[in-house]
Amino acid sequence: MTISMPALLSQLLLGLVNGSFYAILSLGLAVIFGLLNVINFAHGALFMMGAVGSWMAMTYLGINYWVMLIAAPIVVGAFGIVIERLLLRRIYKLDHLYGLLLTLGLTLLIEGGFRSVYGVSGLSYSAPEALSGGTNLGFMFLPNYRAWVVVASLVVCFATWYAIEKTRLGAYLRAGTENPRLVEAFGVNVPLMVTLTYGFGVALAAFAGVLAAPVIQVSPLMGQNLIIVVFAVVVIGGMGSIMGAIITGLGLGVIEGLTKVFYPEASSTVVFLIMVVVLLIRPAGLFGNEK
Amino acid sequence: MKKTSYIFYGLLLLGLLVAPFVGFYPVFMMKLLCFALFASAFNLLLGYTGLLSFGHAAFFGGAAYVTGYVTKAWGFTPELGLLAGVLIGGLLGLVFGWLAIRRQGIYFAMITLALAQMMYFVALQAPFTHGEDGLQGVPRGALFGLISLGNDLTMYYVTLVIVVAAFLLIARTIHSPFGQVLKGIKENEPRAISLGYDVNKFKLMAFVISAALSGLAGSLKTIVLGFATLSDVHWSASGHVILMTLVGGLGTLSGPLVGSAVVVLVDNKVGELGNLLARLTSIEWFTTLGESVTIVTGLIFVLCVLAFRRGIMGETIAWMGRVRGR
Repeated sequence: MTISMPALLSQLLLGLVNGSFYAILSLGLAVIFGLLNVINFAHGALFMMGAVGSWMAMTYLGINYWVMLIAAPIVVGAFGIVIERLLLRRIYKLDHLYGLLLTLGLTLLIEGGFRSVYGVSGLSYSAPEALSGGTNLGFMFLPNYRAWVVVASLVVCFATWYAIEKTRLGAYLRAGTENPRLVEAFGVNVPLMVTLTYGFGVALAAFAGVLAAPVIQVSPLMGQNLIIVVFAVVVIGGMGSIMGAIITGLGLGVIEGLTKVFYPEASSTVVFLIMVVVLLIRPAGLFGNEK
Repeated sequence: MKKTSYIFYGLLLLGLLVAPFVGFYPVFMMKLLCFALFASAFNLLLGYTGLLSFGHAAFFGGAAYVTGYVTKAWGFTPELGLLAGVLIGGLLGLVFGWLAIRRQGIYFAMITLALAQMMYFVALQAPFTHGEDGLQGVPRGALFGLISLGNDLTMYYVTLVIVVAAFLLIARTIHSPFGQVLKGIKENEPRAISLGYDVNKFKLMAFVISAALSGLAGSLKTIVLGFATLSDVHWSASGHVILMTLVGGLGTLSGPLVGSAVVVLVDNKVGELGNLLARLTSIEWFTTLGESVTIVTGLIFVLCVLAFRRGIMGETIAWMGRVRGR
């Protein structure tokens, strides 16, 4: 079996692109779970809203990609804040599983709503002109847009990591994760922090959705399978560490890309297989510190 | 309480016995029975052991495919086909359960979901499942090689006997000492451990029983309808069975029966409801409701979690308790 170098590198890049989405989404899930104790099943649907939203803005209003890269996270994030205030707030005191079931219901509502308008077929959304085409690096042809996705994702991931681990606001957030009542006693408005955290996690998902619009086929169901893979990523990495989520996401994307080259039949199951192995060897996850 | 539940189950059984003669389509009733069994098996795990499996479609669908394959390709008789399905369900349950009980709570749900998704991809790619088309034209055959099941009415009563037997098994499990330990684990796991119970062993056994019976439900569905498709293994089937149990009432014996009837009816009738609403309100969009059952399903999910967590039977039982207490 011979594999050409350019093919290998191009799959590697594609793996990195997918890994970037895994990283941003699992990061959002981890931040939300840390403070809200809710595993946000709707994350995939909100990712889809980012992508379909960009397509709608382009098609109906002529708003371009760069505006949507900022606007979609804000709009979808605001939508998330409404969800948190109206719905999620009511179930914090209950068992974790109700959070999963409620967000599952929301997912069905959102996806069903979009599906009733746009059906299940793909909507085409092209990359902005500035990023179309590619660069010849000599040893491979680098599509500009894919490179941009990886760079933009890494910047956002590390900015989030920095904000949570190194700033004062992040310190409040981490303290709120440990002991919300004590933090509240120090005069921090924890309910507001919870709302904003959910909004932020959701905004991250929408941002990933806009990034994905030109590379993954845009459709109302695009978030469905992705979210399940991201769940596996979260089980593998454990939700205890921000950096862990980023590294696990990227790493698994790359492994998935390489599997496409060497054994394509397993490319859709490899992440789940790795999850099984991790559960056998290190049940708490690679970066897990589960109580 | 005991007396009322005997009356309830007596009337239910009577109703099911005469159903084909009072205008209910046997095929529809059989489908309903299969899902009632599926939801009851699922409830054994969620309602009585407190484990949320998000991967039960794998057992239901896996068994559906296996039964379809062995009866169609190898000419197995229906009872052997069902047995094969139960075994596959139980075996998959053993593997899934063994892996998933390493983690608790929300992780348990995510692991079972991910494992079931893996099964979905296997079903999509494996040669014997025929990918997108699924297994079609599975013969009903003849029970023990003697009684032909081609007739809907015969098939209906065979289905009814199997489902009632499986339901009695579930009821017996719940009321046995084993079932009491499961309840103990659900209420307070650390306490069950401190009392000396090997909690993981009990969880795994409950998982295997639940998976095997879900397999039975899936196999039965294949025999009745004659096909097994990707939608049987898709994660939305796992979501559906959760909804059935939730609507009916978690941890009540009768809840999943009622819940599955409600959900199957909603799935089948929502299109007609949409057309009716469109006529009444002259809003054209309502006619698309039939194609997007998911919106209605999602709405029921949200309402149940927010305002109706005890489910139909849970509320009924609580209401009867209040009336009695007065």
